[in-house]
Amino acid sequence: MHTVSPGQLKPMVQLQDFMQSVARHEGCGTKSGGGKSGCGSSAGQGDMPLEVWEKVKNHPCYSEEAHHHYARMHVAVAPACNIQCNYCNRKYDCANESRPGVVSERLTPEQAAKKVLAVASAIPQMTVLGIAGPGDPLANPEKTFKTFELIAETAPDIKLCLSTNGLALPDHVDMLKKLNVDHVTITINMIDPEIGAKIYPWVFFDHQRHTGIEAARILTERQLLGLEMLTERGILCKVNSVMIPGINDRHLVEVNKAVKSRGAFLHNIMPLISAPEHGTVFGLNGQRGPSAHELKAVQDDCEGGTNMMRHCRQCRADAVGLLGEDRSAEFTADKVMTKDVDYDPAVRQAYQAKVEAGRQAKVAAKQAELAALAGETSDIKIMVAVATKGGGVINEHFGHAKEFQVYELSAHGSKFVGHRRVDLYCQGGFGEEDSLETIIRAINDCHAVFVAKVGGCPKASLKLAGIDPVDGYAYEFIEQSAIAYFKAYLDKVKSGEIDHVARGDATIRQGAFVAAE
Amino acid sequence: MPYRIVASQCTSCTACEAECPNQAISEGGGTFAIDPDKCTECIGHFDVPQCVAVCPIDHTCVIDTRIPRYQAAS
Repeated sequence: MHTVSPGQLKPMVQLQDFMQSVARHEGCGTKSGGGKSGCGSSAGQGDMPLEVWEKVKNHPCYSEEAHHHYARMHVAVAPACNIQCNYCNRKYDCANESRPGVVSERLTPEQAAKKVLAVASAIPQMTVLGIAGPGDPLANPEKTFKTFELIAETAPDIKLCLSTNGLALPDHVDMLKKLNVDHVTITINMIDPEIGAKIYPWVFFDHQRHTGIEAARILTERQLLGLEMLTERGILCKVNSVMIPGINDRHLVEVNKAVKSRGAFLHNIMPLISAPEHGTVFGLNGQRGPSAHELKAVQDDCEGGTNMMRHCRQCRADAVGLLGEDRSAEFTADKVMTKDVDYDPAVRQAYQAKVEAGRQAKVAAKQAELAALAGETSDIKIMVAVATKGGGVINEHFGHAKEFQVYELSAHGSKFVGHRRVDLYCQGGFGEEDSLETIIRAINDCHAVFVAKVGGCPKASLKLAGIDPVDGYAYEFIEQSAIAYFKAYLDKVKSGEIDHVARGDATIRQGAFVAAE
Repeated sequence: MPYRIVASQCTSCTACEAECPNQAISEGGGTFAIDPDKCTECIGHFDVPQCVAVCPIDHTCVIDTRIPRYQAAS
């Protein structure tokens, strides 16, 4: 069994993408013995009510804090869809948030249940099972509900959740409640049908295909009704929005207000993924996605509304593992169906207790470091990129990083503001210049990049680009290190040793993420 | 049958199978097909053929011109 020591948490796996976050995680890890929040401060809780935080703190897609430590999996049992989105191409599976829609194989409910047990036994921190497609789970209600029933019978400790476009949601809310589904995510890109008509060419509703503004009107009415019904029944609801520059970017603040007033506890604004090779309407007509600054600006504008999630990895509908990694290839149907599985809840609990201990140590370290910033009044803000494999630790080599996590540092402390996917820089032991440039563009808004190790060549290029390569905090906790770095930075600015210069914008990588074999 | 599924276009998403009022659509060997003896073009059930309306790929559920159009019993 894989064990973890607090100083050097290493994820068992890598995931590929996941989502969610809490706007500002100021402190506490998670629970202590009594099941209440272990530390007095808000612990990543943001302005969430305590009972909501208790439900989400170990859910990687809902808690930025948790996503370093807990894993999720999606099972692709739901191929049918009931709407068409301009960022999705059903012929090659879904290209955008349903990158959630991209799958390698579809499963029957029975195969899915077996796969869940196999994964849960191999990855004890796997706490969440989601159904996200590749179509819409509620356009495949029988397969979706049968899967949930089978899993609830055999692995009742696993939380169930689902992601939907919301069109069929009002018809199924009571069933979701009955099946004890913990969390629902609705993708809501607009509340104005005129804007919706530019995103959705049609919806299939009440035995007809509706188009244009009428289609969008039906969709938005059903989405908001479904959200209200979930809230009434106490089912937690997160809202995803795809940010499409020139179409709904300015509108998302209105969406944020509308969903918050109806009880959504978390809002996840994701960048449009759009490239001609996806064959989507947006990919083919040249619709671009937002830059990192544009995305952050909209997220910041909405932050006073609903808690903002910034750690979404826009993962595939068959992803397995921690957010940011994908172990799905280890658990294909033919491997899983022939495997004897020993599902032992006690082993899982013991493992999770170790994760909790590490998590609390991380938070304590951050709290201690924050004290160093007490009384600091500077209004300087900088962002830093971090190469990590998970566990809240700087434990990845620059050249091996598939993504960088980005933290904003200010006199108030550290705030997770997103992640940047990058192509693997180091392929077979040697770096390639053009991919190094790609990485620099992806983290160009950062003053520094924290790594476990970095080679001489990339180090020089990073310095030339104005990004400080920092390997002095290797295998240390991320936020504790970032705050310490920031304190030193402020001191150098004050002493006149360096000038504070604002950074430029950064590029959000387009195109499908392909896990390295 | 009047309607048939163009196999090379079909993504096997199963959406049509659940919508067909005649249970005329089924999977065989990984692809979906419409049973010509069961298809009624949705006449008497809905205003539009359901497989056509729900299919995510245009021109995939099409009239089969090799077979006479469905005639509702008079």
